[in-house]
Amino acid sequence: MKPEDFQFMSTMLKQRSGLVLNEDKAYLLESRLMPVSRAHNIKGVEELIAEIRKTNNEALIVEVTEAMTTNESFFFRDIKPFDMFKDHVLPHVLEKCAAKKSLRIWCAAASNGQEPYSLAMILKEEAAKLAGWKIEIIGTDISRQVLKKAEQGLYSQFEVQRGLPITLLVKYFDKQDDQWQIKPEIRSMVQYKYYNLLDSLTALGHFDVVFCRNVLIYFDQPTKGKVLEEISKLMPDYGMLFLGGAETVLGVSDKFAPVAGQRGVYALTGK
Amino acid sequence: MKSCLIVDDSKVIRMVARKILEELKFETREAADGQQALDSCKESLPDAVLLDWNMPVMSGIEFLRELRALPGGGGPIVVFCTTENDIQHIQEAIEAGANEYIMKPFDSEIIQGKFSQVGLL
Repeated sequence: MKPEDFQFMSTMLKQRSGLVLNEDKAYLLESRLMPVSRAHNIKGVEELIAEIRKTNNEALIVEVTEAMTTNESFFFRDIKPFDMFKDHVLPHVLEKCAAKKSLRIWCAAASNGQEPYSLAMILKEEAAKLAGWKIEIIGTDISRQVLKKAEQGLYSQFEVQRGLPITLLVKYFDKQDDQWQIKPEIRSMVQYKYYNLLDSLTALGHFDVVFCRNVLIYFDQPTKGKVLEEISKLMPDYGMLFLGGAETVLGVSDKFAPVAGQRGVYALTGK
Repeated sequence: MKSCLIVDDSKVIRMVARKILEELKFETREAADGQQALDSCKESLPDAVLLDWNMPVMSGIEFLRELRALPGGGGPIVVFCTTENDIQHIQEAIEAGANEYIMKPFDSEIIQGKFSQVGLL
């Protein structure tokens, strides 16, 4: 790939999605954009980039940006954050929200839906404690393609075997030919919305718990800080934030501080 | 070191599973059908059983019921590993006392994931 092409693409992706693409990841442009080229009958990735540079075709730019954002996910990814949600964070916020009896949770990078559905299954299992509560789970993503899949809630046999205990598969999924579809009772607990984290977030409303896992790793320091600050504005003072295992607020933002003994969980500092 | 009994009538599958489990630091032994597996368990109970469903002589589900009826037979953690992938089979396995269920084809990631879910890793 020509250095000027790489430069053009990395600048464009940064502006569009916040994604930081270093030169050691140049191969990702080749591997992820080849299918996009094919779909448009364009010979190769070099020609695809030339087309974008020449025409500034918005639809194509959106498609390319979506293809470049990572959408790997699985049910109960890393398991521990979900245990902490169930055992610590949920009791904490339920106590704080007891008067209003409503709870709003945001999955900031919902991807194919595994994270919001994992939370929905946990809440369903805890239904006895939540009788009479209004529960909302909002899943957002920058890729319309993954949101479509998330809304369908249809997963391959391979996907439902990664992280999902068999008892939950049997309880909350229906088999559809070779695939597994999440049952309407769980699907209806989650609302999906197209949203770019670089845009103003206030329209999303307030959230008691935010999952923003494995998103910030793709951003540079100032963008990380800005997104964390925007998230902090959506949360009440008792709100809780989950970040991915390789992410931290230290040196990035003073709005959140790690919760002792609960790795990956952050509380507002009030600053 | 934890022990795992690999039960499958396919020598190739047993070999693939053994390789994965040995990498996960299990001591492994093998059985080619449910009866051989049961005999092996009567000698000594393993920590885990990776269990195929369809086998000659004695099927996996028959073995599981016999195992659970043995003294101490509730101990081993049993993970089915089979091409049977419909809800009825999965439910039957859970009711018979299976702890987890893998639908073939499997890879090391799936085995590792399921084994850590049931506390074997």
